[in-house]
Amino acid sequence: MLRFLIARIGALLAMTLLATLVVFLIANTVPGDPVLAQLGDQAASDPVFVAQWRHEYGLDKPLWERYGIFVVGLLHGDLGRSIHSQRPVLDDVAEYGPATLELASVSFVLTLAVGIPLGIFAAVKRDTWIDHLARIVSLLGVSSPTFWLAFMLLAVFYGYLQIAPGPGRLDPIGLPPPTVTGAYLIDSVLAGDWETFRDAAAHMVLPSIVLASATIGLITRTTRASMLESIRQDYVRMGRAKGLKESRVIMRHVLPNALVPVVTLGGLAYANLLTGAVLTETVFSWPGLGRYTFLSAAALDFPAIMAITLLVAITYLVINLVTDVSYALLDPRVRQ
Amino acid sequence: MSASIAVRPPATRWQRWRRQYTLAAVGGALVTLWILVAAAAPLLAPYAPNAVELSTRLLPPSAGHWLGTDELGRDVFSRLLYGARISLVTGVVVVSVGAAIGTFIGGVAAYAGGLVEEALMRLTDLVLCFPPIILALAIGAALGIGTTNTIIAMLVVWWPKFARLARSLVLQQRSLEYVEAAVVAGFGPGRILLRHIIPNAVGPLIVLITLDIGNAIIIFAGLSFLGLGVVPPTAEWGSMIAAGRELVAQWWVAAFPGFAILSIVLGFNFLGDGIRDWLDPRSRRF
Repeated sequence: MLRFLIARIGALLAMTLLATLVVFLIANTVPGDPVLAQLGDQAASDPVFVAQWRHEYGLDKPLWERYGIFVVGLLHGDLGRSIHSQRPVLDDVAEYGPATLELASVSFVLTLAVGIPLGIFAAVKRDTWIDHLARIVSLLGVSSPTFWLAFMLLAVFYGYLQIAPGPGRLDPIGLPPPTVTGAYLIDSVLAGDWETFRDAAAHMVLPSIVLASATIGLITRTTRASMLESIRQDYVRMGRAKGLKESRVIMRHVLPNALVPVVTLGGLAYANLLTGAVLTETVFSWPGLGRYTFLSAAALDFPAIMAITLLVAITYLVINLVTDVSYALLDPRVRQ
Repeated sequence: MSASIAVRPPATRWQRWRRQYTLAAVGGALVTLWILVAAAAPLLAPYAPNAVELSTRLLPPSAGHWLGTDELGRDVFSRLLYGARISLVTGVVVVSVGAAIGTFIGGVAAYAGGLVEEALMRLTDLVLCFPPIILALAIGAALGIGTTNTIIAMLVVWWPKFARLARSLVLQQRSLEYVEAAVVAGFGPGRILLRHIIPNAVGPLIVLITLDIGNAIIIFAGLSFLGLGVVPPTAEWGSMIAAGRELVAQWWVAAFPGFAILSIVLGFNFLGDGIRDWLDPRSRRF
């Protein structure tokens, strides 16, 4: 197990280093000119000012030297400075990150809470209406564009029925709770402020449903397929033959074995939720990293784009590592 | 009164076929319908897609404008028909070029082995660790707005899954007994490749391609929604939704292009599932 772990962590570090190179090359060798995107026409036509500005952001140094500075900075926890917000990117990430993590985590819980039971029922009641329902729910979820689903839910529940709150994390007059974790649901509970908690939770409903729509389908399908695979096994026939109740056979014998592939996919689903946030947050004006990524890309804010892309790639790699390790814990054969 | 025992007659061939392939047929019909619409858009569209007419802006659906008009008075139905062209073309181009590049890289890796394989597969893993929409957003932002640039950005992130699949397929087929049997039977390598290996290996690729076109259409529409994909005023579903996203009272501007995306993507998903069932009976029903 230790050797397995060391090998995996070594691979993770190597991939991370390569990822920094990819991100750096994308940001620095493509035609888009951040100077023209950031400066006004008048400032951009003044060569002295442009040169000074390039010097300030280190854009006048040769490519390899800039890459060296970038990597050394990363090792010191310096992700660079956003051209757009004029602040270290790390400060921006710290400010917007919790909103995205909160939304993605709530969506993840929703995904598992809906997807796994639906997949189990679909497998146990195979070819009945509940199986067809599960199939339709997952196919619709996978096939609808999230940004459109977000619009439709807002139009129906906020615009027409007026039973859901509008975009944003809180009502316009609402004050955020004192910051501890940055997640409003947790912070408001810590502050004992139930009104803010209710407000934050209400604002969470539509975005989390939208964000979870695609991953629910993924989890449902995998759970169902994996359950059907396990139900066919001999130990299930054995359990039934010795007279166990069907519910016990399903819950204690089939389910634990069927959930192993779902664990693998769970990690992927969480990573998908984090990136799906780009579109969902944009529609719901959710002040998180997804919207920040979009705004940075629109402004050609390359330090910010590089940092975010890299952070997401590292998150992906770490989630993959955690998934592989938990897989190895669940199934000893993988460790070989 | 005789005791009747309910015995269901065995399903006829047609009944079995219908149970299995109804969804696939629906999917095939949806895809065919959209291809016809895209081809015949100029004949079917009652108005020019970019004809601005401010006196008729934001009209609700009516006999004159079946799906209403948008904020510039353009006919939503006509724009919807023309939008099918861009979505289908980008979806097919991204997936087929991505599949060609990926299959080539994966095939070379599997055949070459050793250091070449190691290098190519690490490169594949590297690209796979970047989530498509964020990397495409970064590249697209750097290259600039436009259909071609967005397609290039998507291609950069699209090929790795095909490379992985192609590599595993080639490795798997090469060692199978029927290939040895064909060699023993004295067939030439060309015949073995064309008549034996390819028909057995190409199935999963076709399934992935079909399912993936829907995926590519959604991602392209998403990038257009964010302002990257097409240059205005081109009629494209993602940018039509973006134009209508603030217009909650005029829901028809954004709602109908979304239904268009949903139906075409569902079509490709049904079709892909159906092809998978047909090629691999074991995976039937999921």
